[in-house]
This record gives sequence, structure tokens and C-alpha cells, in this order.
Amino acid sequence: MSLLTRLFGEKKKTAAIAKERLQLIIAREHVDGKSSPDFLPALQKELLDVISKYVKIAPEDIKVQLERQDNLEILEVNIVLNETSPPLPQ
Amino acid sequence: MRIVVVTSGKGGVGKTTTSAAFASGLALRGFKTAVVDFDVGLRNLDLIMGCERRVVYDFVNVLQGEAKLTQALIKDKHVDTLHILPASQTKDKEALTEEGVEKVMRELEAMGFDYVVCDSPAGIERGALMALLFADEAIVVTNPEVSSVRDSDRILGILQSKSRRAIEGREPVKEHLLVTRYSAKRVEEGEMLSYKDIQELLRVPLIGVIPESDAVLHASNQGVPAIHLKGTDVAEAYADVVARFLGEDKPLRFVSYEKPSLIKRLFGST
Repeated sequence: MSLLTRLFGEKKKTAAIAKERLQLIIAREHVDGKSSPDFLPALQKELLDVISKYVKIAPEDIKVQLERQDNLEILEVNIVLNETSPPLPQ
Repeated sequence: MRIVVVTSGKGGVGKTTTSAAFASGLALRGFKTAVVDFDVGLRNLDLIMGCERRVVYDFVNVLQGEAKLTQALIKDKHVDTLHILPASQTKDKEALTEEGVEKVMRELEAMGFDYVVCDSPAGIERGALMALLFADEAIVVTNPEVSSVRDSDRILGILQSKSRRAIEGREPVKEHLLVTRYSAKRVEEGEMLSYKDIQELLRVPLIGVIPESDAVLHASNQGVPAIHLKGTDVAEAYADVVARFLGEDKPLRFVSYEKPSLIKRLFGST
């Protein structure tokens, strides 16, 4: 360790970087190990039913997934509406 | 009889060194102990125990009915109460069957063994799964290094799902974390994960820290388990591990580093 780095602060110690990386990867692998909650397929089907009342939509146009980040759970619903899919007559 | 698996996921972290030292330590305490090599195809426990020239029959011979267990067990040359069951060098891991391994474990129990130490191969394939299948306790050997910590986490997950205790919903396998190849100096300098970091990441009770040491190579060169190298830090650290395993209270040693004094730094240490 040179005098200069001592005086002007130094780069983060590599052990601290290792710990941070491990915390993230281990948390993620624990989530991947568990299966996603079983209500997701049902949720997807009901969403499809509701949306189909108003626009024409294919089942694969709705994607539902749950992500976990630290203590946070994010429910992500992705609905793709085709430009060609006209609104259904009410 | 208690079955203890020494496992890690990653290779080269010190499973066989630990199996040999730990089994020897239990035997030195007077327990009738068997140490079993599950690394079929790549056996090495015999070399570390210094009994490679006395191997006649092996684990797979016993499983396939070609030899009796008593013929395959090798008596250790250092401690009377210790026996070694070598792995086969020629067969492959498929020779290990659940029924076969279970039968050998039952037979060891009937012979009056107090402890069976299972030296697991690296990886998460059949050999490793068979080594942990019947475990009552597990020593998870981990180096202060990212890939080893991640693999240990993986093997802990497997212990908690694929051991007989887990499958049958009994009391879970008792897990112990053993950190090996530890350099207190590098930890002090921020270059190495500390044992506290590793414990925090893996959330398993610590059973000991084995310092990085030249003694380990000296031990394997001679085929003498490291616990017998009197006066070395490694031998003492392993003796502490055995004591803690048996419920004794031993403070951690070899985990702190004292910076050399100014005078030493100026004139060099002799």
C-alpha cells in the first residue's frame, strides 16, 4: 500500500466486494430454487378473460411473473396489444 | 452410531484432509471410528491416511459381494480404534447404490462403530449424494473464496432436501461450517473473506477455522493425517474441531493477526 493511496483514500477492499457479490448471488439462487407461487397461472387466465372482453388478445400476449429483490417482491404483468387487434364492439 | 459427512461441493478445499484429521481425532478420543472414501474412481483417502499399499479390497467390492466388509476395512497404523474403507479406483460411481450403502452402514453399526466419517467427492453427482444420504451431521468445508462459498451454499440446500433425514421429515442433518485455508493476515488486510463473513452468508454454526499452513503438504507427503503433526497450528486447530464436535467449549485460535511492530518492520524479522 503506497503512501499516496493511504493519504487519498483507497479502492474498496476486494474482500468486501466478494461479500457483496455473494450476498446477491446466494439470495437469487435461493429464490430460483423455489417454484413461483401457484396462483400465477390462474391470475394469467383471469386477466386474459377480462381483457378479452374488450380487445382481442392471445394467451401468449399476457406474461405474468414474480421477481424478488432483497425483501421486495415485484409482480410484473406484461400485456402486449397488437396494433391490428381492434377493440371489440361493446 | 453417528454418521458424519464431510462435504463441500467444490473440489480441492480440504475435504479429504479434514476427513482424515477429524476421523483420527475422534479415534484418538477413544471412539471406534470408520472413515469411508466415497470418491469412487478417484480415491485418495488411502494416500492421505498412508495406507495405500495395504488396500486389497474396497468399498465397491463389498457392495458387489466380492469381499466381506471386515476384509476391506484397513486398520489405521496410528490409532487402534480407527479403520479405513477405501474407494474403488477402477469402478465408476454408479456402483454406489442406496441399498448397498445402507447395508454397509448397518453392518458398521452392528460391528460397534461409534462414528462413521464419510469423505464426499466434489460435485453434486451420485458419489456426493450417496455420501450425504445417511448423514446425521455434516461438516461443510469452505475456503474463504467466492466459488467455494457459493458451492457450500448449494450443498447445504442439497443436505436439506436430499438426505434421508430430510426425505423422511426427521430432525434435519446437524450442519457445521469449517473454514479452511484461512489467512488471518490477508483477512486483516481486506483481501480475504473473514470467517464471520462466511458464517453470515451461509448461516451455519462454525465448528472451526483451519489456518493455511505448510504443514498440510508435509502431512500428505508422508501419508500422516495432519492432526498427528504435533505442535503445528493445523494439528491444534483440528484437535479443537474434534473437541467442539464433542460438545467442549474451545475458543477460536489462529484467526487474528498482529501487525509486526515498527522495529520489526524496519529491521526485518529473523
